[in-house]
Amino acid sequence: MSDSTAIVNGAPAEAHAHPPYQRHHFESMGQQVDATSFAMWLFLLTEVMFFGGLFTAYLIYRNWYYPAFVAGSHQLSILWGTLNTAVLITSSFTMAMGVWCAETRRKGALVLCLTLTFLLGLVFLGIKTIEYGEKIEKHHVPGFHYSVQSFVNPQSDEAAKSYGDKPLPLDMARHTEVYFSLYFAMTGMHALHMIIGIAILAFMIVRARAGAYTTGHITFVENFGLYWHFVDIIWIFLFPLLYLISRHG
Amino acid sequence: MSTTIVSLPDQATARVPKTNFLTKENGLLSWLLTGDHKRIAILYLISITFFFFIGGALAGLIRLELLTPQSDLMATDTYNKVFTMHGVVMIFLFLVPSVPATLGNFLIPIMIGAKDLALPKINLLSWYLYVVGGILVLYTMITGGVDTGWTFTTPLSTHYLNTNVLSTGIAVFIAGFSSIFTGLNFIVTIHKMRAPGMTWFRLPLFVWSHYAASILMVLGTPVLAIAIVLVALERTTGIGVFDPSKGGDPLLFQHLFWFYSHPAVYIMILPGMGVISEVVSTFARKRVFGYTAVAFSSVAIAVFGFFVWEHHMFIMGVSTYSTLVFSLLTMLVAVPSAIKIFNWTFTLYKGSITFETPMLYAFGFMGLFTIGGLTGVFLGTTGTDIHLTETYFIVAHFHFVMVGGMLMAFLAGIHFWWPKITGRMYPEKISQLAALVTFIGFNFTFFPQFILGTLGMPRRYAAYPAEFQILNVFSTAGATILGVGYVLPLLYLAWSLKYGEVAGDNPWQATGLEWQIQSPPLTENFLEIPVVDREAYDYEWLERQKEKEVTTSVG
Amino acid sequence: MSERHDPHLSKHDQLLHDLHDNLEHVVPPKVYIAVGVVLLTLTGLTVAASYFEMGVFNPIVALFIAVVKATIVVLFFMHVKYSSKLTKLTVAGGVFTFLVLVGMTLADYFTRAWGRW
Repeated sequence: MSDSTAIVNGAPAEAHAHPPYQRHHFESMGQQVDATSFAMWLFLLTEVMFFGGLFTAYLIYRNWYYPAFVAGSHQLSILWGTLNTAVLITSSFTMAMGVWCAETRRKGALVLCLTLTFLLGLVFLGIKTIEYGEKIEKHHVPGFHYSVQSFVNPQSDEAAKSYGDKPLPLDMARHTEVYFSLYFAMTGMHALHMIIGIAILAFMIVRARAGAYTTGHITFVENFGLYWHFVDIIWIFLFPLLYLISRHG
Repeated sequence: MSTTIVSLPDQATARVPKTNFLTKENGLLSWLLTGDHKRIAILYLISITFFFFIGGALAGLIRLELLTPQSDLMATDTYNKVFTMHGVVMIFLFLVPSVPATLGNFLIPIMIGAKDLALPKINLLSWYLYVVGGILVLYTMITGGVDTGWTFTTPLSTHYLNTNVLSTGIAVFIAGFSSIFTGLNFIVTIHKMRAPGMTWFRLPLFVWSHYAASILMVLGTPVLAIAIVLVALERTTGIGVFDPSKGGDPLLFQHLFWFYSHPAVYIMILPGMGVISEVVSTFARKRVFGYTAVAFSSVAIAVFGFFVWEHHMFIMGVSTYSTLVFSLLTMLVAVPSAIKIFNWTFTLYKGSITFETPMLYAFGFMGLFTIGGLTGVFLGTTGTDIHLTETYFIVAHFHFVMVGGMLMAFLAGIHFWWPKITGRMYPEKISQLAALVTFIGFNFTFFPQFILGTLGMPRRYAAYPAEFQILNVFSTAGATILGVGYVLPLLYLAWSLKYGEVAGDNPWQATGLEWQIQSPPLTENFLEIPVVDREAYDYEWLERQKEKEVTTSVG
Repeated sequence: MSERHDPHLSKHDQLLHDLHDNLEHVVPPKVYIAVGVVLLTLTGLTVAASYFEMGVFNPIVALFIAVVKATIVVLFFMHVKYSSKLTKLTVAGGVFTFLVLVGMTLADYFTRAWGRW
């Protein structure tokens, strides 16, 4: 690195004495790390408020159309949902471990952790694809030939029958479309954030293999970790709100 | 009244410094790929001025149409498009970024003693997002416009119109992120990059105002974003979230929309108030009275501003109990704004007041914002709001605070810091004339609208009952005068770039850190990061500095 | 600004010192493992709870468990427990604003008198 040779040679180092990763407008690495970390937290706040609008909509309509929300929730697979939650929690764990690897300069372990996080993220999306596919098949996608058959006549539907659902009156059955709108909007927005995260992870794996994060400059990994954990937290709330409304008979 | 505090260097020998942020690098790419907060500020200044005049032209069309009671200049649908685009352009492309993105970007690092904002690349990204948003708005205008009103009220915007709601929504979404990133940058910078000795309570009040506005930008704008996303989904796929026939509630959109759009008005006005604090102090030669109160009231406005949004929805079908709560909270939010007006007034008391152009605009601000703010109390009271809402009273109210208030503050700031940004003074006499013309034009344009509103003329109508015509004619006449007042600065400020007097470091003999460096500043602002050991607005310190200069030159 | 400048350290060592200074607190893996196990357990718990009829307590229990899970992710995975007061305040500010959005909007919906007059 040019800086270390400059230090050996003496004089030029004085004029340019800061770590190679430090940007010129910062007075010290400490200031830079502090500032970029704080910036990531503020960005996460904007994400909280962004999802907040969707959660507000959800709470209102769940309150208004509770029977429709219960019926809609029964259409979601508890198996896939729980599995996905476990997958995401594990990926959060591997991401946290990745940060630890970067902090303790374990390059190989860091690459492993990032790769595991990446793969778990893909598994999550794969399961979501399966779930979305099921919804498409059953015509439970709002705006696209939405069908209330499963709710007006629960006997015709496997999932509804297994919960012993009673038939809903037609207007309440039509309100299941609102439930599914929110289901797709919220999980879709969440999935979009996952896709962006996975793309950045791919970039990070390449950089990590080149040793970029194991020389003491770990802010990128740390800040990305914050983003990934945040996406996990959103799912932590989505899961009970969408899947677990009422599974008792 | 020929006293002035302006102190310029000897014009025979003075030169604008050869090395400064403008001359550091040349070529288009050095501007388009810059990280320098000062260059980005100028990029913003050019873009928002462009959109201001587009919004202004649309305003001209509105006033022309309203000269006669019939809808005769344009079809009513076209009129709807004109006032919608006027609102969208003026609010999202002019008012929201005006002071923060130009003066805030330029000055905040210098005022706190830093070399740049914390995230220069994000700053540049902000500008590009703004430009993309602006281009999309232009595209919308060219391809037929949108006629929902800038408020995109559902279900009109989702179910009953075939105009460009989607492209406008996307434009606003993108411009919103420009705003979010600017606010984020400011918050990080103000927290983390203050020079040694620059404690929170030594910061200029301009910085406090921007800090408060930035909190609003970061926390409020995302909710607008999700509201737009939901409208887009509703329009394209019919998900039903705002559709009563599917069980949705159109009011939900309004809750989400106004949750941002009310704090948005504070995003617009707080930076302007910051400008006024600086200008009033400088031209009264006095510390701002009650510094702590002004600082805390800025943050209070930001916090309380989140609790009052439903006052835009009193007649829309919300519950009566919630209107009581929101009305009460609206009364509370008026208090910190009033505190600032009191403090500026007490700053003037026993000050040595001079009437350079920035101060003229500041006086205009204080009077007009007070009137606008007081009429807000009428609107916050549910009983009177029922009669006054959706009339020209509302139009007058928000133009008083936004144009009489915010736009005057913007012009005050541009004139005040023009010598710092360009190294040259603007021509004082014509600018004072322009300020006066603006003030007169403004009052003629918008005061009649209060009367029109009280008499019952509805807003957003191209045609109106004939008895309202005389006041409308008055208003349009005023608008013509106002237009002249706005074109003049464009002309003489451009002129001053080449022919203005050389300003020197501190033509106003002001106390801020920005006035202790050269005009225009160096790219890195400071050769050495200053160590701050004095309070803001310390005019005694300035006197001692001048004495030191005198004694050293004599010896 | 060089408050921590130690005249006995070479420039090179001062740089390394700066780098290490930023890694205030390295959270050991066993904390992460413990948190991961707790999160998975709570997930199982919340699924099980949804199979019991608890009336109005169903959503309360579900949300409570979700809040606990989110809290430990924030405190440990996101290092907020070991972070500055500013970070903690920032998180609190975000939560507060979210609650204002949800709470005050619901205040309208829960007090509407539809069907009652």
